[in-house]
Amino acid sequence: MMQAQDTQKTSNNAGRGSGTPPLVEMRDISISFGGIKAVDHVSVDLYPGEVVGLLGHNGAGKSTLIKVLSGAYQMDQGEILIDGKRVEIGNPRDARANNIETIYQTLALADNLDATSNLFLGREMTTPFGLVNDAAMEAECRKIMAQLNPNFQKFNDPVSALSGGQRQSVAIARAVYFNARILIMDEPTAALGPHETQMVADLIHQLKAQGIGIFLIDHDVHAVMELCDRASVMKNGKLVGTVDIADVTDDDLLSMIILGKQPEQKAE
Amino acid sequence: MTETSSQPVPEKAKPSLFQQLELDMRLLGMIGAFVILCIGFNIVTDGRFLTPRNLFNLSIQTVSVAIMACGMVFIIVTRHIDLSVGALLATTSAVMAMTQTELLPQVLGMGLNNPATWAITIVVGLFVGTLIGAFHGWMVGYLTIPAFIVTLGGFLVWRNVAWYLTSGQTIGPLDSTFLMFGGTNGTLGATTSWLFGLFATGIAIWALWSGRRAKAAHGFPVKPVWAEATLAGIIAIAILGYVYIVNSYAIPTRRLQRMFEARGETMPEGLVVGYGIPISVLILIIVAVTLTVVARKTRFGRYIFATGGNPDAAELSGINTRLLTVKIFALMGFLCAVSAVVASARLANHSNDIGTLDELRVIAAAVIGGTALSGGIGTIYGAILGALIMQALQSGMAMVGVDAPFQNIVVGSVLVLAVYIDIVYRKRLGAK
Repeated sequence: MMQAQDTQKTSNNAGRGSGTPPLVEMRDISISFGGIKAVDHVSVDLYPGEVVGLLGHNGAGKSTLIKVLSGAYQMDQGEILIDGKRVEIGNPRDARANNIETIYQTLALADNLDATSNLFLGREMTTPFGLVNDAAMEAECRKIMAQLNPNFQKFNDPVSALSGGQRQSVAIARAVYFNARILIMDEPTAALGPHETQMVADLIHQLKAQGIGIFLIDHDVHAVMELCDRASVMKNGKLVGTVDIADVTDDDLLSMIILGKQPEQKAE
Repeated sequence: MTETSSQPVPEKAKPSLFQQLELDMRLLGMIGAFVILCIGFNIVTDGRFLTPRNLFNLSIQTVSVAIMACGMVFIIVTRHIDLSVGALLATTSAVMAMTQTELLPQVLGMGLNNPATWAITIVVGLFVGTLIGAFHGWMVGYLTIPAFIVTLGGFLVWRNVAWYLTSGQTIGPLDSTFLMFGGTNGTLGATTSWLFGLFATGIAIWALWSGRRAKAAHGFPVKPVWAEATLAGIIAIAILGYVYIVNSYAIPTRRLQRMFEARGETMPEGLVVGYGIPISVLILIIVAVTLTVVARKTRFGRYIFATGGNPDAAELSGINTRLLTVKIFALMGFLCAVSAVVASARLANHSNDIGTLDELRVIAAAVIGGTALSGGIGTIYGAILGALIMQALQSGMAMVGVDAPFQNIVVGSVLVLAVYIDIVYRKRLGAK
């Protein structure tokens, strides 16, 4: 069974190794808070149509690293390249301008607003008079929700009235609606039941097939083994290593997370 | 409510009358409280409360606090507070009083009641108010000093800047055109009031209709036609009813006589002329409608509510929440200046204690009107109704002859009670 999956992964992973520059390259990133190095000279990269897992304990620095890419934090050192070109990401608006979308662990929804307002927050559609066009936005929201979560009906309730899975689908809709090329998912299944977790997994496969690059932050080694093409493991702010999922076992990843050691290279 | 019509769930009770009208229950509760209050005072005062004269006065007394309460809604919705609005009103009022009585006559040589005086004065006042508000907002947003502290400091600073500017004196008389913004000195007159009433009714019905059309165009569920018609009817009766009341308040004969004499005409015998809508109330209506549109239909308004609901989410959505804070406080300062025009024009002079305790009345009005101090929730019409309820309570008690200390004791208790009822209501509703 593993074998079959592996072949599938390799075939999906066409971008890497063919000489094109990576979609995203984060080089030598460092960021510290009050003297503590949360991220210490870490480099990761991501190719189109690829899912790269970021693994590590709580406080390993994975969320911090990714918040540099989504514009929530400013790095102290390092550079970010998109399509081989250096970009400046000073705030979340810059990240969005570079087609980087993020699904935060907290979902980052305004609980008092409805699904449509949240979907378009910061990017409202307007009428020729410059007023927000609620009806047009609701129509778009209904369209995308019909694809992502056909059972979703509560378009006029504040998102505080929605279930965990429904809230998650609003956050996902917001990330995929605006033609993301780079998607960051911070523990997207942490609060979900098995059925909804499967939905997210299906979605990841679907987005991958569209050539979107995904950074997936997760605690769960099994989920990473199943969904990712490569995994970068962090410990205490440092990068332990990046491995091809095809080359490692669950135990290899676990020992990287716990011991902070690279697995011994397999003979090619 | 719409869920009922779109979700094919059986076992759902038939939507009640109020649900079909899609009316805000809290709004109905407040209107109910206001009506009960009015009828109660009317009975106790043997019918002196619900007279055109008293309702006219009630509306012009409410305007100043109500205008500021509209701005306070945005402040509180974004989880801030402004304790300095009364003091800011005093400073802008002092600036405007000095501009029209000292600065313009002495520096520009403009005589008393020069036709440009009122306009220049108001522009200066609005500018100063906006500037001070923006300064508060900058300290809150960019220097991240809590709004409570910034405006507590502002409360002391601006109250005493006003004192310093006028040396503590009462400044008057003010420009005669300027006084028209105060109330009895400036009203639209009966005919214009009716025209305005019809115009406003037309706009309201058009707004209802175009909202319905936009929903229908996308195939969203809409209210039944009878519900829409009932709503339109209620709005029309409210607007035209108010016009009828203020038109029924006749200008006293002697005053009317003087007005005719001023124009060099003689007053026909037995002439009765109604006041009509006060210009100050017109200003409040313009402010309320504009800010309601801002709150519901502009990005600025959407961002205010998003920031109040979840500041982090707003920031991560690319909203510049710091600049937003500056804008909100600048708007508050602007509205304080508008209130200063109305308040000083109504009193016909600038006095040193103008606007004293207004910060508390304004916050109370917003909170009674359903604005949640935890942020994210609040309406403009709620704040205006809150201001109206407070003013009705205050002037009703004065009319009944309740001692001054008891008046404030009652108002304070009502504030706490109103917020408690709101908390119970929200808990029962299941919304946070």
